[in-house]
Amino acid sequence: MRYLLAGLAASMAWSTAALAQEAEASGIDQAVNQLVSPISDVIVAVIFYAVPMFGADMPLIVLWLVIAAAIATVYFNFISFRAFKHALELIRGDYANPKDAGEVSHFQALATALSGTVGLGNIAGVAIAVSIGGPGATFWMILAGLMGMSLKFAECTLGVKYRNEYADGTVSGGPMYYLSKGLAEKGMAGLGRFLAVFFAVCCIAGSLGGGNMFQANQSFQQFVNVTGGTGSFFADKGWLFGVVMAVVVGAVIIGGIKSIARVTEKVVPFMAVIYCGAGLIIILANFTQIPAAFAAIIGGAFSPEGVAGGFVGALIQGFRRAAFSNEAGIGSASIAHSAVRTKEPITEGLVALHEPFIDTVVICTMTALVIVITGTYTAGAGMGGVELTSTAFASVFPWFPYVLALAVILFAFSTMISWSYYGAKSWTYLFGESRTMDLVFKLIFCIFVVIGSSMSLGPVVDLSDSAIFAMAIANIIGLYILFPVVKEELRSYWSRLQSGQIPRYRSTWLIHVD
Amino acid sequence: MTDTMLVGIDGSEASRRAAEFAATRARAGRARLVAAYVIEWSPYTFNTPEENEQRHKRREEEIERARTQVLDPLVATLRSSGLEVEGVVRHGHAAQVLSDLAVEHGAAQIFIGRRGISKIAALLFGSVAGSLVQVSPVPVTVVP
Repeated sequence: MRYLLAGLAASMAWSTAALAQEAEASGIDQAVNQLVSPISDVIVAVIFYAVPMFGADMPLIVLWLVIAAAIATVYFNFISFRAFKHALELIRGDYANPKDAGEVSHFQALATALSGTVGLGNIAGVAIAVSIGGPGATFWMILAGLMGMSLKFAECTLGVKYRNEYADGTVSGGPMYYLSKGLAEKGMAGLGRFLAVFFAVCCIAGSLGGGNMFQANQSFQQFVNVTGGTGSFFADKGWLFGVVMAVVVGAVIIGGIKSIARVTEKVVPFMAVIYCGAGLIIILANFTQIPAAFAAIIGGAFSPEGVAGGFVGALIQGFRRAAFSNEAGIGSASIAHSAVRTKEPITEGLVALHEPFIDTVVICTMTALVIVITGTYTAGAGMGGVELTSTAFASVFPWFPYVLALAVILFAFSTMISWSYYGAKSWTYLFGESRTMDLVFKLIFCIFVVIGSSMSLGPVVDLSDSAIFAMAIANIIGLYILFPVVKEELRSYWSRLQSGQIPRYRSTWLIHVD
Repeated sequence: MTDTMLVGIDGSEASRRAAEFAATRARAGRARLVAAYVIEWSPYTFNTPEENEQRHKRREEEIERARTQVLDPLVATLRSSGLEVEGVVRHGHAAQVLSDLAVEHGAAQIFIGRRGISKIAALLFGSVAGSLVQVSPVPVTVVP
């Protein structure tokens, strides 16, 4: 039955492509653009409504996210620094009850969430930020990453606390649930339900936009880059790439074919290590440039003039890309983290601290440093997104674009798998948790893979960003109301931890020699 | 104070032989036997969100399957010969779990079957018997 459905998805994608073949190949890309652009323009204008600040336009939504992150950091007394080490211990499994062996571990919940967040935002998004906002954007991106840790901490704690645990043993958690249930506890059931529905709608849009179209688009771009650039046979065959990808994604999410996902899930961390390793080598190989790079970053971060509005431009771009990449305050990761097995919701929040850290402070910064140190951001004028990153790495490792293409496709793939889940959960929250509804969404998701590969970058980026950021509107309102709940959980747990009431088990899962 | 013997079961022919051997030793020494079925599992894997959502349910199913298909029949057979037997199912890495169980139950010995995989395969992929011999806190008997 599942194979039948996967086949159905493939045939629907194929018929989309067949329609494409009737128009010219580049015509379909144009047609999609023309259809979607007016809609996306309106949505983008609303979400990214900007106010002039210090000579540049500050989108209110970015301010919304950053202020929430800053408030969270202060309100929880810099938990990201205080609990950094303890979070590592939790991830390692030092506090895991051996009787819980076989359940979802903290590491697994984190890894799953990370494979959703580490994607094209880390590679292409950063390049966009640095090319528009200059090297200074890196500084603001790191700062946003550090502050975002506290925000993610709060939302993942709530995700576990207010999840639904069903009789058959499965769990469903996420902002839809903590907004409706959490606010109901505070006597605001009506508002809670409204916010939950609003969030779910935005999450569906976000899943189809940033979690799907952007990933498909940018991985196609890199694929074209390494197969000959604009002269490539594939240059205007975005729809074809999209169809192939849609079929593979469909095979996993609809067909339930685990082997593909299993391969990806093993290869993705491997690629991440290679990517960071290559980045480190480039940085070290150019170590004479490191001081100059840092000067450019700090200088660009605070200078009143410069590229695109000086430091405000850098700030906006840095914050924007960090938010898009690590999704702190967006609420999506809380859906993934809610599956963990634990009696203390706060532990998952603490574990989630490391997600923006790894995603933004480590991987994004790596990308930014490579781009700045190799000086590509100046030389790469006119190049957007993944092409810039590719060029930066290629200046030291000429073969790297091929590795990057593979990494990008795999990252995109794993991000799509995760976001299809988030979108499906939101869809079923709205339309009922049934197999049919789940399937309907997944089919829609696969179709959007094709659409995303066919559009050009501009409209895709704006639309993706809007959808994802829109989720933050409902999520953060709910978070502000529920912050005290998180604080109480933290206070209770932390005092019990200090007094030794939280049992610590040996690292029984590691084969160690005593 | 009766001794305890621990035997690792995985439903294979080799482990059945190991269980019989362990039973003989237990009878001779008037010891009780703990039969442990280890479901290979690591907390450090990368899963899809859907797998995580289903995990708790799957875990219950895995334990149930291990019990009904392998462990309970074996325990029943051994008990019918007059032995005091306890059956345990746990997730983890076989060598580590068996070592931990040995400590938990105060076992004097661990018995384990040898699958007889080729030397090269054992070298590349490791074997439970080989690992166990390295990490076990108590003597290990490998039954061919």
